[in-house]
Amino acid sequence: MAMNAAAMERISTKPRAISLRLFWRRFCRNKLALIAFWFIIVEVIVAVAAPYIAPYDPYKGDFLATWQTPNRLHWLGTDDLGRDVLSRLLYGARISISVGILSQVAIAVVGVPIGALSGLKGGWLDYVIMRVIDVLSSLPAILFYILLMIALGAGFWNLILAMTLTGWIGIARLVRGQVLSLKKTDFIRASRAMGGGTGYIIKKHILSNVMTPVIVSIAIGIPGAMFAEAGLSFLGLGIPAPRASWGQMIGIYQAYIRTAWHLTVFPSIVLALTMLAWFLFADGIRDALDTNTNFSIVD
Amino acid sequence: MLRYMLSRIAGLVGVLFIVSVITFGLMHSVPGGPFDARALEKQQMVPANIKRQLNEKYGLNAPVWKQYTLFVRNAVLLDFGYSMAYPNRTVVGILEEQWSYSLQLGFLTLLFSTAVGVGLGIAAAVKPNSIFDYLGTGVSILCLVMPSFVFAILLQVVFSVWLGWLPTGGWSSPRDFIMPVLANSLAPILVLQRYTRASMRDTMKANYVRTARAKGLSKNRIMFIHVFKNALTPLLTVGGPLAAGLIVGSFFVESIFRIPGIGFYFVTAIGSRDYPMIMATTLVWTLIISLAYLITDLLYALVDPRVTLVGED
Amino acid sequence: MPEPLLETIQLTKSFNIRHNFFSAMKRKNIAVDRVNLSLAKGETLGLVGESGCGKSVLALTIMRLYEPNGGRILFAGKEITNLEEQALKSVRRQMQMVFQDPLASLDSRLTVEQIISEPLEIHNIGAKPERARKVARLLERVGLSAHDRYRFPGEFSGGQQQRIGIARALALRPRLLICDEPVSALDVSVQAQILNLLRDLQDEFALSYLFISHNIAVTAFMSRHIAVMYLGRLVEIGDSRQITSAPQHPYTQALLAAIPEPNPSQRNKDLAVKGGIEEITERPTGCVFRHRCPIAQEICANEEPQLLSIDGSHEVACHFAWKRELNPQITRSYIQIKS
Repeated sequence: MAMNAAAMERISTKPRAISLRLFWRRFCRNKLALIAFWFIIVEVIVAVAAPYIAPYDPYKGDFLATWQTPNRLHWLGTDDLGRDVLSRLLYGARISISVGILSQVAIAVVGVPIGALSGLKGGWLDYVIMRVIDVLSSLPAILFYILLMIALGAGFWNLILAMTLTGWIGIARLVRGQVLSLKKTDFIRASRAMGGGTGYIIKKHILSNVMTPVIVSIAIGIPGAMFAEAGLSFLGLGIPAPRASWGQMIGIYQAYIRTAWHLTVFPSIVLALTMLAWFLFADGIRDALDTNTNFSIVD
Repeated sequence: MLRYMLSRIAGLVGVLFIVSVITFGLMHSVPGGPFDARALEKQQMVPANIKRQLNEKYGLNAPVWKQYTLFVRNAVLLDFGYSMAYPNRTVVGILEEQWSYSLQLGFLTLLFSTAVGVGLGIAAAVKPNSIFDYLGTGVSILCLVMPSFVFAILLQVVFSVWLGWLPTGGWSSPRDFIMPVLANSLAPILVLQRYTRASMRDTMKANYVRTARAKGLSKNRIMFIHVFKNALTPLLTVGGPLAAGLIVGSFFVESIFRIPGIGFYFVTAIGSRDYPMIMATTLVWTLIISLAYLITDLLYALVDPRVTLVGED
Repeated sequence: MPEPLLETIQLTKSFNIRHNFFSAMKRKNIAVDRVNLSLAKGETLGLVGESGCGKSVLALTIMRLYEPNGGRILFAGKEITNLEEQALKSVRRQMQMVFQDPLASLDSRLTVEQIISEPLEIHNIGAKPERARKVARLLERVGLSAHDRYRFPGEFSGGQQQRIGIARALALRPRLLICDEPVSALDVSVQAQILNLLRDLQDEFALSYLFISHNIAVTAFMSRHIAVMYLGRLVEIGDSRQITSAPQHPYTQALLAAIPEPNPSQRNKDLAVKGGIEEITERPTGCVFRHRCPIAQEICANEEPQLLSIDGSHEVACHFAWKRELNPQITRSYIQIKS
């Protein structure tokens, strides 16, 4: 490294698992990820500020202004109830982003301890958990979502619940794998040889080694969660009307594509752009956190 | 080998069993569902003798576990009753009549995405940093990021509504095939392209390839005999997840393009809460996916002599 | 005679291998088979054997990182075979280990300072500034610079990483250092440096070493006494000079014959060992080496040879030890000794 000793000291004397400064520097080298990051920032700000910046109330329909294509008053047109499409898109951003982030956090909160325990304890606990995971993996997640949402009924929190119930598997498997391979490493053995107890080892060694894949997993899971929400809402199972969700809008109005293409195209574009941004962002995070990737979107 | 087959089949039956329990349990818990005796009573539109029939058949007044065994017995006999959305057709009847559409869509998608995905992957590996490489990467980003139904909508809007080149839906003439197959191929192309590229790269870097080159074998000979065979056979392992992806993809694509396949009927079943249809289709999907995994595992073991199946010594 | 620092009596460690949770088919792999060792204070005992013969398992069992299945371990006269973790912790301060793969034995996410001060942290020794001073001193003692403590293991070469590992092992001032193939992963030139470092440290820190290696030449260089191990059994123990000059067991003879000899006229062309250790799937009855032994007879299959000695310190487990007429490679036979 071309850094001098003083610079090394500044960065390294903070004993953390991930040095934020180093991470940010590496992240910024990826131009695409940086652009994606700013896009997301803007989008999040817009979503949070939606109640203040939306030109119209997304729930109130103007029955004199239904089915309007984009015009000066309604930049993106109106829907069958006269509601402003732009405003509904803004509110839809709130749904997408919050579902995306909340679901992944919930999944991590559930999956990480299960995976860690399964890996550390081993034995019958591990066996049972692995069989449960195997069975739940035998169906594509979407099918499980569909079944669960039918049983639970559509709704925001039901959706989060359904996604958590199916999504913890991936992260649990990941963490378990990490813990299993860590258990065999010499430095864990060395730590035990020096007298380190289980709690100490977890705190000092395991957490720091596991955090990176977990963070990456969460980041990459967000666009996937957005896709799931959009897909489910498209099928009528996710976020129910009158709340605005991009997928739901696409689903409801896809039959009218000939006469009112704007009702499906605009949500589609926004959804695609958002997912693109999140994917690039997550990819950038993964690259910046770990130098050992052999797989990346932009290789 | 026989022991392996038996254990896999046992696993398959186990999975079907568990999925059926889950499905049954979930549907049973829905108020107004097919197993809700009280809701059935309240239904004024259904004539009394039908009610009695349903009660008998599904044992709606019997304890839960008995209802489940009835359900399983019926399922094994391939009797899922009549569809609630299409009351004059049996569920199994619908499946029988419509499965060919989904099969055609799936098959064409597989063909197309294999050609494109594997082709792009090979091109990217053989000519790195060339236009093919970047094209491949670009395509894979597109496929990764764009949900299939969004892509389908956009295709429809552009080519059908605005340009009028292609029909909006249906499945009668080859022109109908273009957009659905394209939209459905996104996920498979992504998987295949990435996998092929990585596999080809690894194989081309391998020592035995360098040895072959050093021996003086011609580049083409090396490619076709050694590299392709070794790089492409691992693709078989992708077959299982691919089948799952194709099935899920069909829901959206068939709905948007009005293709009367099983995915389309599944989606309408969801919308109209046609529970018998939902349960039957779920079991069918599970069966197909598990079979896909099993078959690809076997094929892979057959093709690659290094691979031994778990359980063999 | 003063009591040995480390002693193992009939120490045994085996593993059960099952195909999966439900398979009834179990296979027992005996990694360490009734091993008796004795290490005196201030001495270096070498343990030699091929990869896979159980040397590392023995080391880990002695450290109680594996639980012994039989036998006893005594450290400074105290029995530690079944000691509970709490009590074991204080013993652990006196028994440390240096591992084979230098980088793998260091947590690459921590700085060198954190790594070396970990033992101090575990045993609550000293406050932070004092620990920092100790770390700096240790680093310098093993040949690195005090400034290196801010860097990460990945930035060092293999030899330097091993020095870090040694520094960490010394942090608690242990009495015993178990070196599990400490130089096997290093380049030859670096090996010499590390070995010399270990020898220097031995006097300065009053250490006793259990030195494990698959290379008998290196082991002989480092150790006063050598124990030769095969498939979990000790087949020959003795003074290293005796063993290298007059090996009695066919396996030891093969190990010595395998040492590359620059002088062509002195090369022994009759390397007489068949096959490799991977070919053995079932533990042989009788003598554990008989499948590969060039002089194996029927008695070797029926009766397990015990470690026996003729002159007190040199013990051999072979039916034909000291009998030149039965093993032509023997240079110092019973007849010679008797006379």
